[in-house]
Amino acid sequence: MAEGHSPLAQFEIKTLVPIHVGDLNLSFTNSSVFMVLTVLTVSAFLLIGMRRHALVPGRWQSMAELSYIFIANLMKDTVGNEGRQYFPFIFTIFMFVLVGNLWGMIPYSFTFTSHIAVTFAMALFIFIGVTLIAIAKHKLHFLSFFMPPGVPIVMAPLLVPIEIISYLSRPISLSVRLFANMLAGHTLLKVFAGFIISLGVAAGWLPLVFVVALTGLEFVIAFLQAFVFTILTCLYLNDALHLH
Amino acid sequence: MAPVDDDRNQGSGDLDAFGRKLEEARQRESSGRIWNAPKDGAPKSALGLAFRVSVELVSALAVGVAIGLGLDYMLGTKPWLLVAFIVLGFAAGVLNVYRMAAGYGYAVGYRKNEAPQSAPKEGEDRGG
Repeated sequence: MAEGHSPLAQFEIKTLVPIHVGDLNLSFTNSSVFMVLTVLTVSAFLLIGMRRHALVPGRWQSMAELSYIFIANLMKDTVGNEGRQYFPFIFTIFMFVLVGNLWGMIPYSFTFTSHIAVTFAMALFIFIGVTLIAIAKHKLHFLSFFMPPGVPIVMAPLLVPIEIISYLSRPISLSVRLFANMLAGHTLLKVFAGFIISLGVAAGWLPLVFVVALTGLEFVIAFLQAFVFTILTCLYLNDALHLH
Repeated sequence: MAPVDDDRNQGSGDLDAFGRKLEEARQRESSGRIWNAPKDGAPKSALGLAFRVSVELVSALAVGVAIGLGLDYMLGTKPWLLVAFIVLGFAAGVLNVYRMAAGYGYAVGYRKNEAPQSAPKEGEDRGG
């Protein structure tokens, strides 16, 4: 699959089934393949894990339950009880990002979370959804979000634009964090793997050690970034529900 | 935890003993969580912190530049609103970083994000 020698060749989008609707390019690409694979993996993991819900869970059931409890506790800590109805959404986001990151760790696979188009689409959806929730819940009171309490009214013309910019920067920092981490990590792996070949037997073992260590680190980052993406979504949701 | 409830009607003698043990385990767990997840998800490494600061700064600046360019284009006030919004965007970026550094974790807002600890215990069984 990856014939290119550039460390960035792994991020290339390849059209597999061209689909054009009007001016829209809706082609099925290698990125889509891995998204479908991710959804199938998560579904299989949860469905097979909970196939027979035993009183004393087996290995798969334990893993499925642990992932559930993990997100349930996270939501309880960050959002509280009002967030309960959004649990399916948050859980889906976590599993989708996590399994997508993990699929990307398999050699020759494609990491769709390393594309800003994917992460920004998710972040934008979350941002708009959370804003709509806040407006639906607090109506016009939502606008008080942009005016810090206890600030003299003279400062408002200066502070409100700053607050709005700060609010609008949320989806960017949310998506860039995930995308940049995955992109940087995978590029670094490729670059050091390239050194192994070019340095040969003499000194090639040094980057090899590095690549082994980096692979471990990448697995940690795959989990951590999925976690960070989820916890940020929770915190935004908390802001929308409780409004400072 | 939740699926336990579904099997309660199987009714055998040692189920009660199991229930007691489960309750004890739950007590132990709630005192020191099995998942020691940091509550605010703040990165512990220096590199993670540095990366976060830069992302916060740059993203707010980018929004400021985008708004400035957009308004300039619409109102025809070529460079002036861009200049103003670059300054505002930078201020917003510094504000983001300040909130982060002041121990708000990932929360955005004015008051410290007190985690709603008062949430009732049965929250654990949601949706089970």
